[in-house]
Amino acid sequence: MDNDSLKARILEIVPEAQQEENKQYLTILVPAAKLHDLALKMKSTTDLAFDYLICLSGVDYGKQLAVVYHINSILQKHTVVIKVKTDDRINPSFDTVSDIWRTAEFHEREAYDMFGIRFNNHPDLRRIFLEEDWKGYPLRKDYVDEVNIVEF
Amino acid sequence: MKEKDFRDNETLELFKRSGGNVLMTSIDAVIDWGRSNSVWPLTFATSCCGIEMMATGASRHDFARFGIEVYRASPRQADVIVVAGTIVNKMAPVLKRLYDQMSEPRYVIAMGACAVSGGPFYYNSYHVVRGVDQIIPVDVYIPGCPPRPEALLYGIMQLQRKIKLETITRPEESMIMGRK
Repeated sequence: MDNDSLKARILEIVPEAQQEENKQYLTILVPAAKLHDLALKMKSTTDLAFDYLICLSGVDYGKQLAVVYHINSILQKHTVVIKVKTDDRINPSFDTVSDIWRTAEFHEREAYDMFGIRFNNHPDLRRIFLEEDWKGYPLRKDYVDEVNIVEF
Repeated sequence: MKEKDFRDNETLELFKRSGGNVLMTSIDAVIDWGRSNSVWPLTFATSCCGIEMMATGASRHDFARFGIEVYRASPRQADVIVVAGTIVNKMAPVLKRLYDQMSEPRYVIAMGACAVSGGPFYYNSYHVVRGVDQIIPVDVYIPGCPPRPEALLYGIMQLQRKIKLETITRPEESMIMGRK
């Protein structure tokens, strides 16, 4: 499926979705509340058939926190990028997609470890790389560590 | 060896006549010759410097030519640990334990910018050890990111020169950092 018809199909499922221009892949920003529903339909609909979550990344835009999903269909040979953003920096949370793509289980733990983004209904949400008793989320822009970090 | 040949050995006769002093220096020479030309490295690499270390061990550069021979998978059988790559805070206790498990005499080569000083991760990073010399005593520093195999070979030869200066009579003058 080409990008235009992909976009149309996703807009059918989530009418509030917005496309981000000038990106390598078709990039679509969706409201956090619609994420899980969209992901489930993208996986199960036969013409979309997104069966492969390439990567799930946390992003800190300064004011907003975001999660970016690179999703690919091996059957239909198309790729799409889904983004969700939140303004809540104290307790950011999105719905998990680990029940749809099992690989997201570790990816979401990484996003939680580095950015403190919580994922609702995740089966085992705890730190993956850092020590269990680590304070703070080191990849956030406002992370402060006067002991270890030498400022450039 | 037959006893007749053994008694005819001219060197032994020389040792017998010279009263022991010559023997001591000869032991130094023999030990240093043996140690410096049979340095066994530990299979230990934490990032891209490890690839360069493997290239140094492979047939094109082949550091077996200089007597640094087989990679040992156990620290108990290794003589030198080449710290090839970034050491993060989580890896630091593992590296220290590996070093402690090596039997003496043991040598350390810090290979590459990360092992020397933290390298590109010196600034704005929360998790990198700024040089392995904060954890274990380092004998030879090899700069580069990563160093070419020739640089590692040169570093190994520098280590061999340090080993050759060792003497068992004055261990306090040893240039090997782990001996002090």
